[in-house]
Amino acid sequence: MGGIRTTGDLVARMQLRKKMRLPEAKKYVADKLGVSIVDLTDSTVMRGLREELGIGVITAVPGAPKGIEAKVRIAELLDVDIPCLKRLGLKQGARTPSASMLSSSVGSERGEVGLP
Amino acid sequence: MTTIRTRMGDGYAVELSAEEVRADLEAGSADAVRRGKVPPLEESEFDYLFELFAHPSRIMGVEPGHEVVLTKDGSVNTLYSAQLSSGVGLPLGREQCFRVFERAFGFDTMEIGHPDYSFKPVKPIVALEAIGVEQALLSAIIPVFYGAMPNFGLYARPDGPFPNPADLLPRGQIPEAREAQMEMAEACREDMLYVSHVMDEMGADGINFDTTASAGDAEFLATLEAVEELAATTDLAIEVGMAAEFVLGFHGEVEYKGTRLAGMWPHQQVKVVEQAGAHLFGPVVNTNSRKSVPWNVARAVALVKECSRVAEIPIHANVGMGVGGVPMFEVPPSDCLTRASAAMVEIGRVDGL
Repeated sequence: MGGIRTTGDLVARMQLRKKMRLPEAKKYVADKLGVSIVDLTDSTVMRGLREELGIGVITAVPGAPKGIEAKVRIAELLDVDIPCLKRLGLKQGARTPSASMLSSSVGSERGEVGLP
Repeated sequence: MTTIRTRMGDGYAVELSAEEVRADLEAGSADAVRRGKVPPLEESEFDYLFELFAHPSRIMGVEPGHEVVLTKDGSVNTLYSAQLSSGVGLPLGREQCFRVFERAFGFDTMEIGHPDYSFKPVKPIVALEAIGVEQALLSAIIPVFYGAMPNFGLYARPDGPFPNPADLLPRGQIPEAREAQMEMAEACREDMLYVSHVMDEMGADGINFDTTASAGDAEFLATLEAVEELAATTDLAIEVGMAAEFVLGFHGEVEYKGTRLAGMWPHQQVKVVEQAGAHLFGPVVNTNSRKSVPWNVARAVALVKECSRVAEIPIHANVGMGVGGVPMFEVPPSDCLTRASAAMVEIGRVDGL
């Protein structure tokens, strides 16, 4: 589906966590994102939306959530458990200190601050 | 007369007439019906497949909105390993490879795995494998699997401690061969559980049992029992990918919850995999290298379509070298690979590849 270029990782998570068949998993993710099914694999739509939501983008944007930080936001967005977050004691919906810091200081304009 | 350029199951190009392509599609479906006892493809599905193969474009795809999730067996070995894993030998570490798959190739999920890709050799170095998974989890956004094969053969002499059933059976020592397989199954199950529990402790998103039942029904039983325990005791999402379309009855009498495993086809395999508690199932349909790709693709999608129809969990069909209608060739031609993939989605109704 395009992985983090689009929403392949998100739809995959619903298959892995909830055993959802593809149509159900796509609808679930589309509803959570507020987009259409076709938009799920439209990189033009998803590039901006993923950055806005802080769930990781395919290009290397300084300051944008990556790795664990992005996964905390994905868990919150999809209302789903992610095992490595539980292991780290980051409950679903919890924010890492750095994620909280970014939320308050950068918001949807992250990537445009702190650049050399 | 216009001909259609396609390939044989060994990858070599062949020119067929429209009538020959249509006849091969129907014959492939008929073979699936005869062997797998599944319904034949419908007329509209033959029409779709014919247009797929008759189209002059080099590569084909699915309709927008029909894209499917991709999981991968063989892990990131494809990049750093050698020919044994169809690897291209890049001088990269596993964690670097993982990032390449996520950020350069746009994969939906990815695996970390040992170069041998079998559970048994992982056991003594599981700490190293755990570190690989842990590092990937810290930096990756896509789901992280750990993948390996049950690889039953490693448990029999000379590679393992148990008598080799392949030596016993030709000598008519059937009870001894069966006993050896059950002992192998117990050891194999314990290794799979040991490694999987460590990956669960690391917080891996999933475990992939790849090439399951390569040595037949006893190996399938060992995997199902491991899946059952892991589904009940861990947070792991469990993928079971098969080795072949048909479960060999190397033992012959092995049952899982009262169901005989030998002789199962994909639409039957998925039901016991579901029963064990797995989250994803990867059916395999083997490619016949002496038949054309249209024949192989029609046969593969007919078998997988029935598997998808009866399944309650997501189906990620194996579509790669030598399986799913793709030629048995180390470098699968993209014209056939994309056609087989599109057919598996549009007719096989899979949830992933």
